[in-house]
Amino acid sequence: MTGVLLVEQALNGLQFGLMLFLLAAGLTLVFGVMDMINLAHGSLYMVGAFLAAWLVGLTGSFVLGVLGAVALTGLFGMALEAGLLRTLYARDHLSQVLATFALILILNDGVKMVFGTDLPLSAPAVLAGPVELFPGLQYPAYRLLILGVGLALALALYLLVQKTRMGALVRAGASNRQMATAMGTNITALFTLVFGIGAALCAVAGALLGPLLAVQVGMGENILILAFVVIVIGGIGSIRGALVGSILVGCIDTLGRTGLQQVFREFLPPQWASAAGPALASIAVYVFMAAVLAFRPQGLFPART
Amino acid sequence: MATLPSDVAAPADPPSGDVGIAAEAGGFPRPTTRLDRSLAIGFGLVALLLPFLLEALGAGYYLSLASRIVIYAIAATSLNLVLGYAGLVSFGHAAFVGLGAYATGILVSEGVVGSGWHLLATLAVTGLAALLIGAISLRTRGVYFIMITLAFAQMLFYLANSVKGYGGDEGLNIRARSVLGFGAVAIDLKNPYVLWYVAVGVLGASLLALARFGPSRLGRAVLALRDDDVRAEALGFPTYRLKLVVFVVAGALGGIAGALSVNLQGYVSPNVLHWTQSGTLMVMVILGGVATVWGGLVGAAALLLLQEVLSAYTEHWEFWTGWVLLAVVLFARQGLVGLLGSAGRSAAAAPR
Repeated sequence: MTGVLLVEQALNGLQFGLMLFLLAAGLTLVFGVMDMINLAHGSLYMVGAFLAAWLVGLTGSFVLGVLGAVALTGLFGMALEAGLLRTLYARDHLSQVLATFALILILNDGVKMVFGTDLPLSAPAVLAGPVELFPGLQYPAYRLLILGVGLALALALYLLVQKTRMGALVRAGASNRQMATAMGTNITALFTLVFGIGAALCAVAGALLGPLLAVQVGMGENILILAFVVIVIGGIGSIRGALVGSILVGCIDTLGRTGLQQVFREFLPPQWASAAGPALASIAVYVFMAAVLAFRPQGLFPART
Repeated sequence: MATLPSDVAAPADPPSGDVGIAAEAGGFPRPTTRLDRSLAIGFGLVALLLPFLLEALGAGYYLSLASRIVIYAIAATSLNLVLGYAGLVSFGHAAFVGLGAYATGILVSEGVVGSGWHLLATLAVTGLAALLIGAISLRTRGVYFIMITLAFAQMLFYLANSVKGYGGDEGLNIRARSVLGFGAVAIDLKNPYVLWYVAVGVLGASLLALARFGPSRLGRAVLALRDDDVRAEALGFPTYRLKLVVFVVAGALGGIAGALSVNLQGYVSPNVLHWTQSGTLMVMVILGGVATVWGGLVGAAALLLLQEVLSAYTEHWEFWTGWVLLAVVLFARQGLVGLLGSAGRSAAAAPR
């Protein structure tokens, strides 16, 4: 692998990692603070992507469409939390799995009823071309936008969680929910808001990744599992852990895909190499998770005390 | 509990004989009720007569649906052993079903059709896989156990996708089926009747084994560690080994379900290993009734029949299935078995 390719793949990995972080951030807080397994988190990512594709088509503006989708998905998330998920916090994990699995079915088919199985969504024309980062490296402008938005949101979320009163309350909840409640924090109301922010971040990821991957029903199912892997690696309930975990997983996945393929090409027939590379890269993510759990059973940055 | 290790192997070979006979060697009373016995007789009658009944009604097509329900029921029952009885929320049970399907499918595609070899390969592959996965996963607990079992299943999913020699992501079609040989007579599982009777036989044996497992010495020990792991350990139970045994037995039984499913469909693809399959099996168990003998069968039948009926009326059957499942979570906390009555009350309430 040449140096330029390596830089390009590292940037791709970082970009995918940041998008994973947008999903994992909401998931880790719900999981960490409310001890709630939300399998439907990936469906919010799908809903956000579909709303974005629909609104971009309607308004003709990428920015307006994405912003509208983010706001709508945030509101939808808050309604979902207040209307249904809240009643599940006190239930066992099995009930949560059954209920949120049911939500996946409902949202998948519901989106299909409203929008069809897929919608076209392309990057804005201004950003369609490549940008020369340094001589020899042409990088797509749209991917740079994703990187920028991802970094900005990660920073904003970090400041929100580490530097504001609300963030302190959320961290207190993640560390010890009962104690935080006893100290007078209204965790219930706080969490409707947190869930809404988490849903809005899902929509950002869905809308931005839409043009690169595809806006289709079921798009949230595989990325959901990766987001779970991220938060287990990072430590459940920890935003910092989610950020580090996301970037690690994004880089392992992306670099593994191309890197392993190149390595396999040396000694395997090409059609085997092209299949084994991505598969082993996907497996590498899970092996990494198992290794982290073996040495740090609570993840890299445990939130609970 | 000096006798425990000798008991450990007990559930591996399902006890034969009638449902209602005397108590286990341990002397614990068995919670077999008249209702249980009548249910068992009902199950036996349906198992025996259903193919003829469907044929008489001119609905022979439905035998394949019925076989699918039975095969899913075997898989769900094996998951219920882990999930309900041992309280281990395994989110990767599809791994074992899929491995069983691939083990048998690959043997058939290589020209080995003897069912004995298929059974041997399925049990060896899924048992070993469960031993390995269990040995590692059981060192974690709670949500980490959920996630690590999921991770192992995902690894196998991607592995199956990459094995180009056996279909890769397109899946593996097999033309032949497992052949049951009795001396000179050889019957093929391609015959839907044969497949049906083999499948209900396996399911019946599994249910019987599960019914006798609950009140057995081993079963009590497993229920004890489900309810309080630390206390069970303090009382001297080999908790880790007990969990591992349950995990391996359940994995192997799940593998048999997979081997039967490849015989039913003539096809196996990586999708049988996808996490949504593990999710579906979990949904069946929770829907039917966690830690109940009949939970797996009731859940599998309810979910698959619901899909069948809804898909006849609407293209959006998933949507309505979701609402039904949601209603079950909110209003029928003990699952359908709990809703229907005392049918499967052989083990205490669901674990947290």
